[in-house]
Amino acid sequence: MTAPWQGTGGTGIELVIAVAIGTAFGAALERAGLGSARNLVGQFYGTDLTVFKVMFSAIVVAMLGTFWLGRFGILELARVDVPETWLAPQLVGGALFGAGMATTGLCPGTSCVAAASGRGDGLAVLLGMFGGVSAIGLAFAPLRGFYEATARGPLTLPAWLGVPYGAVVLAVVAVALVGFRVAERIERTGGRS
Amino acid sequence: MGRRAPRAYADPYITGACLGVVLLAAFVITGRGLGASGAFATTAAGLTHAIAPAQAEANPYFARYLAGSGPWHDWLLFELGGVALGGFVSAWAAGRLRGEVERGPRARTAARLALAFAGGVVMGVGAVLARGCTSGLALTGGALLGVGAWGFMLAAFAGAYLAAPLLARVWR
Repeated sequence: MTAPWQGTGGTGIELVIAVAIGTAFGAALERAGLGSARNLVGQFYGTDLTVFKVMFSAIVVAMLGTFWLGRFGILELARVDVPETWLAPQLVGGALFGAGMATTGLCPGTSCVAAASGRGDGLAVLLGMFGGVSAIGLAFAPLRGFYEATARGPLTLPAWLGVPYGAVVLAVVAVALVGFRVAERIERTGGRS
Repeated sequence: MGRRAPRAYADPYITGACLGVVLLAAFVITGRGLGASGAFATTAAGLTHAIAPAQAEANPYFARYLAGSGPWHDWLLFELGGVALGGFVSAWAAGRLRGEVERGPRARTAARLALAFAGGVVMGVGAVLARGCTSGLALTGGALLGVGAWGFMLAAFAGAYLAAPLLARVWR
């Protein structure tokens, strides 16, 4: 049977899968050292580029896997949800999110790992996140216009640029490989280039 | 018995590739990627609903998290529970479980906790506006080549690199 096999609803088996996938995700983040805020902020001071290396290794592997499984007809790409694009709120939200990440040294997923491995700062980030999400949820009415602005649907880079899927995949791999070399060089100079 | 020295962290490329396999498994099994910030929204919606049901249902942001099988059977909430479990087990196995507040060499504990909370608030607001975070948008949408996901990723790195020099006293 062509994948995907299950959904992300609330049935018993789906929730068991949710916990299993989450466990593997959390373990990978912890192994990489991303449950540590001090490691994570090294990214922004040029001393430890683990964030970039882990993120782009993951993106490249999942992207290549998706592309080839789709090509072989094992994975039906039309049934895989591409996160939808809302350009303006995602750019503004992204900038805020990044500033928050440099302040906390953690992101939502890694703050869970930090808290679970005993770090009080991870717990503080979790509580702050929850406060921020609740506050904006309660004060949603005036923000709704901006929140729903510049909707583009599940737009992908190949569709947007009018380039074949495989060409964009190749370009991302090339950018990542160059990025990895640059990252190693930045780390060698310890951010004092 | 003395405490074992914690094991060194794993190679970032290999761990990243493993993370990529987990993400790919999520696409293949469920048709959706990973996530984290959505679980916070679900919890916020669920708690608001427990305190003030009418207001929560009338709130256009919370209402959608209350639909379907309800906020407490949300897929992402269970997935994030798994993230905490996996982080705990992995830290335990590597001898890295310890109660501490991690901070920069010159930062005081109270200041670190206050900044962690404040930064968490900002990150929460950003994640709501962007409809996702590093996991649900950057990793998931990055691998699926979503335009908004790549825009978010670039904006987040830009925001972090712009904020970092202002925070040098906290971290360096």
